[in-house]
Amino acid sequence: MSKLLSLSEAIARYVHDGDLVYASGFTHLIPFAAGHEIIRQRKRDLILARATPDLIYDQMVAAGCARKVIFSYMGNPGVGSLRIVRGAIERGELEWEEYSHFGMISRLRAGAAGLPFMPMNPTAATDLERANPNIRRVTDPYSGREVITVPALNPDVAIVHVQRADPNGNAHLWGIIGEQREAAFAAKRVILTAEEIVDEATIRSDPNRTLIPGLVVDAVCHVPYACHPSYAQGYYDRDNQFYLEWDTISRSPESVREWLEEWVYGVKDRAEYWEKLGPETHARLKVAPRLSEPVNYGDY
Amino acid sequence: MSEKPYTRTELMICVAARLFEDGTTCFIGTGIPMLAAMLAARTTAPHIVPVFEFGGTGAILEELPRAVGEARTWHKGLSALGICDTMEAAQRGFIDYGFLGGAQIDPYGNLNSVVIGDHDHPKARLPGSGGGNDIGSSCWRTIAIMQHQKRRFVPKVDFITTPGYLTGPGAREAAGLPRGSGPIAVVSTLALMDYDPETLRMRLKAVHPGVTVEEVIENTGFDLIIPDEVGVNEPPSAEELRLLREEIDPEGLYI
Repeated sequence: MSKLLSLSEAIARYVHDGDLVYASGFTHLIPFAAGHEIIRQRKRDLILARATPDLIYDQMVAAGCARKVIFSYMGNPGVGSLRIVRGAIERGELEWEEYSHFGMISRLRAGAAGLPFMPMNPTAATDLERANPNIRRVTDPYSGREVITVPALNPDVAIVHVQRADPNGNAHLWGIIGEQREAAFAAKRVILTAEEIVDEATIRSDPNRTLIPGLVVDAVCHVPYACHPSYAQGYYDRDNQFYLEWDTISRSPESVREWLEEWVYGVKDRAEYWEKLGPETHARLKVAPRLSEPVNYGDY
Repeated sequence: MSEKPYTRTELMICVAARLFEDGTTCFIGTGIPMLAAMLAARTTAPHIVPVFEFGGTGAILEELPRAVGEARTWHKGLSALGICDTMEAAQRGFIDYGFLGGAQIDPYGNLNSVVIGDHDHPKARLPGSGGGNDIGSSCWRTIAIMQHQKRRFVPKVDFITTPGYLTGPGAREAAGLPRGSGPIAVVSTLALMDYDPETLRMRLKAVHPGVTVEEVIENTGFDLIIPDEVGVNEPPSAEELRLLREEIDPEGLYI
């Protein structure tokens, strides 16, 4: 059954005020288009969980969508500080909860596996344990050793971007895969955005690449260029220049407001946003093809 | 081009690059560690397997990655995994070295990248652990690369993000970390440090050319162990400088 929806319908239907949202992707495949649609629909009081909040959550916090962030690395990757989230935390305006990367993704892994918590080897994270009572210890019943535990994370909604999916949400993705798969399996509802919608036969031609099966997906949205300024392997490059520009934009509330006005509220959807970026940016982010060798699944 | 005098940052990168052991598997943090890995792969350690925490493994580092999840972190790589895979590989003991940085370091090599001041009411909120805590806990050996300043080399870090030797001998083992693991070196803008095997406190090993022992002491906020013999690091060779300036960071993003 087709799960195709427009992105605005999917966000209206599946993201509610107060939800715990996990927009997945480590540097790669960050679903900016969905973040912007959440801003446009003026969702409020969200708990925004992401290992690396990145600019997507900086923008959503700036737009007033969030009451809390859960993270493990809050920086502008390769540039410096994530000014808006950082400022809001320093002023005491935003609740936060933090882990190490491994702690954060172990929470998702437990959630994805349907387990109540995940044990981890000791990490000497005593200061993190003091800072976050969710990080606890139990005795391994087999060896008698202490292990660290983190509770399962089951987001109300996960947003996952992929290179291609069929209308049922069977999705092919490639490149570094961050925590996409864990986020999709852990969440109660999954919104998939895809560079391309393909027929089921394309998916069936290479099932090992189906890292997210349609059975965990609720909505499939065709949103080309959904990741900018993040990247989609093989489709377009990361806009490192914009990550640098954001460092300047995010220095003052006025310039952030102007930016949101122009690039989020001022455009209807991602197609209009991409168009507005203009041919120079399109050309700069273009990547040359490099195809993998085909594999032979055999005809049985 | 190579006739331009080298900077302390360039020298720091060269000293760090020479510490890579060929054939080993190394976690590479953002920024300076990436440049050091690229230089090592082009000179003394052509067979290292770089691992970037978000999943890139075994890249051929032709172009400088701008972030640890960028496509260039696994360019023509051996595998593109997820962050669970790389972190679990470290937990299983498959990663030999971790190259990382922090805002503060103490005499036992503990690093802080979480907060300056009180955690709940921070004076300055830093990015957080990222993979720092995990890499410092699970990699066999870690090497820190730091700007050498008194406010960064402190007697006690405000928050232990990445464990070094914690409070001294036996503390890592008591915390459940593998015996024989821990920090082995600090490369700074002034010198190369290691750790005294008895006390596990930081010890000056070699100063950069033109830097005095006094200058290192003045810029360190705790008592650094000064051995009878302090070496002097080799300055960058013409070839190291050429690689850094022409191939690795031609846009001058870090150097």
